[in-house]
Amino acid sequence: MGDTEATVKSKKTVFVTVGTTSFDALIRAVDTQEVKAELLRRGYTQLLIQMGRGSYIPTKSEGGDETLAVDCFTFSSSIADHLRAASLVISHAGSGSIFETLRHGKPLIVVVNEDLMDNHQSELAEELADRKHLYCARPQTLHRVIADMNLDSLIPYHPGDATPVAKLVSRFLGFADD
Amino acid sequence: MACTVATALIIVITTLIVTRLLYVLHRTGKPLKPRSSKGSAPQQPLSTLIVLGSGGHTAEIINLLSVLQKDRFTPRFYIAAATDNMSLQKARLLEETSSSQFMQIYRSREVGQSYITSVWTTLIALAHGFWLMLRIRPQVILCNGPGTCVPLCVIAFLFKIVGIRWSSVFYVESIARVQRLSLSGLLLYKLHIADQFFVQWPQLQRKYPRAHYVGCLM
Repeated sequence: MGDTEATVKSKKTVFVTVGTTSFDALIRAVDTQEVKAELLRRGYTQLLIQMGRGSYIPTKSEGGDETLAVDCFTFSSSIADHLRAASLVISHAGSGSIFETLRHGKPLIVVVNEDLMDNHQSELAEELADRKHLYCARPQTLHRVIADMNLDSLIPYHPGDATPVAKLVSRFLGFADD
Repeated sequence: MACTVATALIIVITTLIVTRLLYVLHRTGKPLKPRSSKGSAPQQPLSTLIVLGSGGHTAEIINLLSVLQKDRFTPRFYIAAATDNMSLQKARLLEETSSSQFMQIYRSREVGQSYITSVWTTLIALAHGFWLMLRIRPQVILCNGPGTCVPLCVIAFLFKIVGIRWSSVFYVESIARVQRLSLSGLLLYKLHIADQFFVQWPQLQRKYPRAHYVGCLM
């Protein structure tokens, strides 16, 4: 997956994104030694974190031998570029982030925010995980999911389309089928 | 004597309103009659109101708009919450024609607002919605949550009962709803306000048999 890796040689970037939300529990989780060690073990070299409105600031690092290079920012207008450059995406459970990542064909771990009051977002992540389009985790299980994941077993997501709705709406209103 | 007349009047009026309500409920969800037969006059376009939610909601409805035959749904009116600047921008990108109109509506309650002040803001939001709906009087309403669309759809239903305008309401439940309907969706489904109700996952269609399962929009 992804054809940009060849140009940046051995760089393998993990992109973490929380969209417009604040999700400190996720940023804290990726900043732990056990998650970073697991990512290193799986061959990733860079960790880029989009932290949104969160207040927890991860420890940056230049990287080098046996450590991940860690960088972070709050917001960016070029999320698509970061997604394209990533070898693995770790995202919050917002449908926008999920489908944008899947459209880019990147392996994805969705981390569900358990602090949200109306936590319907886990429904979508779990359904897509059941269908093997992504992995679903909680902040405290993230390191285990990274350790156990098998990216080759993921099934590419084929974007849906709205044609069936458009047909039904037109037919209901009495327009002739085309 | 006056008393009996008043009672009789009240009974007659109540009966009329209930009859009309039952008729509207009976007609809601039934397809409209075919619009013009082949070879005769071209099919008349329908004025259409598109209620933009925010974020993922807006993305989904824009996917729907991109496959709708625009010439059938003209003119188009877009309404988004006053605090949501992104959605109208996205809709403007989609619309080249100048016949489309873009409006914003006050929200009844912002996140974190106190309940006492939200009584007042809800009244303002309703009055504003009423005013917008009187101006637009759409024949078609397309919406997919969250809350902004509910008062507009309820006002459309009142217009049906009073006879101001018959609008067909289409609601697409968000792709994020896999097991349970959103509150907006549940209200429009249970109250029979939506003429057609679409869900994107088969599990929901099994729970809500009047819904149409249409697969994923994203």
